[in-house]
Amino acid sequence: MPHSHTQRKGKKEKQHRINNHLEHKIMSTKNWPLWEIFIRSKQGINHKHVGSLHATDAEMAIENARDVYTRRNEGVSIWAVESSQITASDPGAQEELFEPAKDKVYRHPTFYVLPDELKNM
Amino acid sequence: MDANQNLYQYTLRMADNCLILGQRLAEWCGHGPILEQDIALTNISLDLMGQARNYFQYAAKVVGEDKTEDDIAFLRDGMEFQNLLLLEQPNGDFGQTVVRQFFFDSFHHVFLTKMVASKDLQLSAIAEKSIKEVTYHLKWSSQWMLRLGDGTEESHERMQVAVDNLWMYAFEGLEMDQLDQVMLEAEIGPDLNSIKAEVVDNVKNILNEATLTIPQESFVQTGGKDGRHTEYLGFILAEMQHMQRAFPGAKW
Repeated sequence: MPHSHTQRKGKKEKQHRINNHLEHKIMSTKNWPLWEIFIRSKQGINHKHVGSLHATDAEMAIENARDVYTRRNEGVSIWAVESSQITASDPGAQEELFEPAKDKVYRHPTFYVLPDELKNM
Repeated sequence: MDANQNLYQYTLRMADNCLILGQRLAEWCGHGPILEQDIALTNISLDLMGQARNYFQYAAKVVGEDKTEDDIAFLRDGMEFQNLLLLEQPNGDFGQTVVRQFFFDSFHHVFLTKMVASKDLQLSAIAEKSIKEVTYHLKWSSQWMLRLGDGTEESHERMQVAVDNLWMYAFEGLEMDQLDQVMLEAEIGPDLNSIKAEVVDNVKNILNEATLTIPQESFVQTGGKDGRHTEYLGFILAEMQHMQRAFPGAKW
């Protein structure tokens, strides 16, 4: 009786060690979360979404973004946001969210004549 | 050696450092452990290649003899190269590459800040332009020293092995030789002894913060500036130079 009990425990421990070993080898994605990157160009006034990358923390996310997304002089400012922090609208709710605005032409400021001096309208 | 020859040889030292390390880092292209670091390593390589070109173009001008930057980079033999021995060492694992990079960046950054004050206007200008890139290189390598050194058991072990193996090459750049002395007197090059403490302290501070053990040995392996290289340089040059040597005068 005691012998078989020890045997079962030994097997479970061995499996536990193997699982840990595998986790050790496979890069755990929970340690390298995905980040969304936003870059503002020199002439721009807002940050634009340019893509995503993996990093372990915020500082590395900025450095990786600098290496990956500003190689060709694309920008002067980087914002990094962990993808899990972004709330997105439900694609299934597209109809009720966006359709109603389509036929409301009175919301668009197209009935004014803009003076030439205004640049950023 | 006349003043021109001195300046030529001195410029070659900086040129060869950038070229050989750039070539080593280029070997990582497509083999990085993760996409973003593959790009980071090759970015650093490109930065160094750009710096190398600046130095080689100036060297070609100084030496005259109708030589181009390519002739100087691709048609010299191993014993004419003057790069630091550290930079020839193999890439090894990512940790070893980081340690090699960190040791060089620590020296390179301080060296360049001194070169900005050089009486030679061209070398001063190259230094000023390069500092921006090298500031980032040092930040990148320092960050990875900390993350991997003070990381998992495995990363810490690998980093310690790399530090122990590369320690004797870490400070070769700080050893004054005859040419360094001549250039110091001409106010073209800095007094390497004056930057020794700063460089060594910066390295030791990062090693401490990374929980890595600082090796006890104080022996500094030299030879690079005399053209006495490790066995690795031959293989690097064979790969780098064989096209230019097999097809002389070839154009894209």
